[in-house]
Amino acid sequence: MTDVISRKTPNQPVPPATPRVRTAVVSAPLAALKKTAAVFYGLPVLVLLGGFWSLGVRFGWTLPLGVQMQFLPPPGEVARRMWDVTFGGIHDDAYSGSLWRHLAASTLRVLNGFLLAAALAIPLGVLMGRFGPVRRALETTVNLVRPIPVTAWAPLALLIIGYGDRSTIFLIFIAAFFPILLNTVMGVAQVPPRLLEAAAMLGTPQPKTLYKIIIPSAMQSITSGLRIALGLSWVVLVVGETVGISTGLGAMITQARDMSRTDLIIAGMVFIGLAGFITDRLMGWILKVATGSRPGLS
Amino acid sequence: MSNAVTTLAPQAGRAAQAADIVIRDLSKQYGDGPGAVQALAGVDLTIESGEFVCLVGASGCGKSTLLRMLAGFEAQTSGDLVVGGNPVRGPGPERGVVFQDYGLFPWMSVRENVAYGPRQRGLGRNIANEQADKYIHAVQLERFAEQYPHQLSGGMQQRVAIARVLANNPAVMLMDEPFGALDALTRTTLQHELARIQKAEGTTVIFVTHSIEEAVYLSDRVVVMTGGASHGVPGHIRDIVDIDLGDERDVTSVAFNDLERRIAAMVHESIH
Repeated sequence: MTDVISRKTPNQPVPPATPRVRTAVVSAPLAALKKTAAVFYGLPVLVLLGGFWSLGVRFGWTLPLGVQMQFLPPPGEVARRMWDVTFGGIHDDAYSGSLWRHLAASTLRVLNGFLLAAALAIPLGVLMGRFGPVRRALETTVNLVRPIPVTAWAPLALLIIGYGDRSTIFLIFIAAFFPILLNTVMGVAQVPPRLLEAAAMLGTPQPKTLYKIIIPSAMQSITSGLRIALGLSWVVLVVGETVGISTGLGAMITQARDMSRTDLIIAGMVFIGLAGFITDRLMGWILKVATGSRPGLS
Repeated sequence: MSNAVTTLAPQAGRAAQAADIVIRDLSKQYGDGPGAVQALAGVDLTIESGEFVCLVGASGCGKSTLLRMLAGFEAQTSGDLVVGGNPVRGPGPERGVVFQDYGLFPWMSVRENVAYGPRQRGLGRNIANEQADKYIHAVQLERFAEQYPHQLSGGMQQRVAIARVLANNPAVMLMDEPFGALDALTRTTLQHELARIQKAEGTTVIFVTHSIEEAVYLSDRVVVMTGGASHGVPGHIRDIVDIDLGDERDVTSVAFNDLERRIAAMVHESIH
């Protein structure tokens, strides 16, 4: 009898392998605390910038590129204007307490344009990504239209659609459409062929692979496209709200420019920035909930 | 990981399900005309149900091509490929495949991956999960049923892949260098587990590997293939070696090493 251990029937029980499982090292409350603390790390730079801004306006500094800081409102004035636009009670003019009105109008336009773009771009992107003939038929047209900036579309939109909500929504649609389309095509085209083989081997009928394998696999790219598109929608909003619109954050900024009210302009900018930030976070949260917080989906 | 308790009771219909495989005059050509590549030619092979057969050979000899044709991922140029009396027309759960890179669905948990096949067959969620749990238990991963693939090591992922295939009660399990990406220790562990599971399930297994030791350890018969495009001759079967070592296989024994040497000589003679 040799000392050799036969592998098919070992003499001694082999101790269970300790598996390498990566679990969250930090507990939930501590992680939340770390997240809020992270905000405070950003404060010093903000404070410094605020100080720079304040001093620059007071002493009329000139920055490179000929920026004359004397024409800027001091930060305090902007803060007061922001308060007034939100709550009223400081200036008592047409913009006091008007934030919600303008914010609602703008948000509605962004949502309309963005959701319309998603509704068209995602199915089209899936078709183009999945079927070579479809992609080849459409990609020349897409590549020719895509580089046209939204600002170039604006005059045409005003003429053929007319003033008002609809041309703004159209411009936002154009801006949001292409990032979503391109990212969807890329995500769908890059589904690992191995997963499709595995699905087939496990008995998935061809049509089912679309929503069982391809869409989940492409989800991260699609989400990426959606985030970029939403950001662009807010950027384009101001362009869209330039003419013939009376309510909206972009309209507010345009009117403020006509009246040379720099404090109102900057207040409007901040509000748009915040709206963009919050809607982005919101969308991320909605997608996370919709995909059940699974890895590789959001 | 004791051998004492087998969680898989031999199933009555098992012998009827595991299938004979008949390959007759099989050939595979890529491309047409003067630039065509003859990957395989004149392959004849019969495999009985419940057999464990390894395909070995140098790179390019066509062993993976043969496996992929059995899986239904590629079609033959000419010849017959019959599994359990039915000609192979495409992939299907009766011929499960275990890939070298696992191929698990990253957005699904272990249990969902393993239950995927049963669900595709139309089983309800609860029954499918029960079925899945049975095979998750068989590969000893019950503590990780809710985990996602990225949280598991390579060896564990491969065990999930094996469970995922077994959950469909396949007639044939096709394995394409499944342990090639794993470290030596995990590899020997999984070889042992695979042998145990195959014995319990009675599934026919066709296993492609570069490792002759692995082939001699696992199989009832070893199919040695040679040739390939880079050698100027189409891939074909050189010889089929019976492995008559019984259940207790001692890697260091004379008999084991004789067989290894014999097969290695055949494989290496073509690399010159």
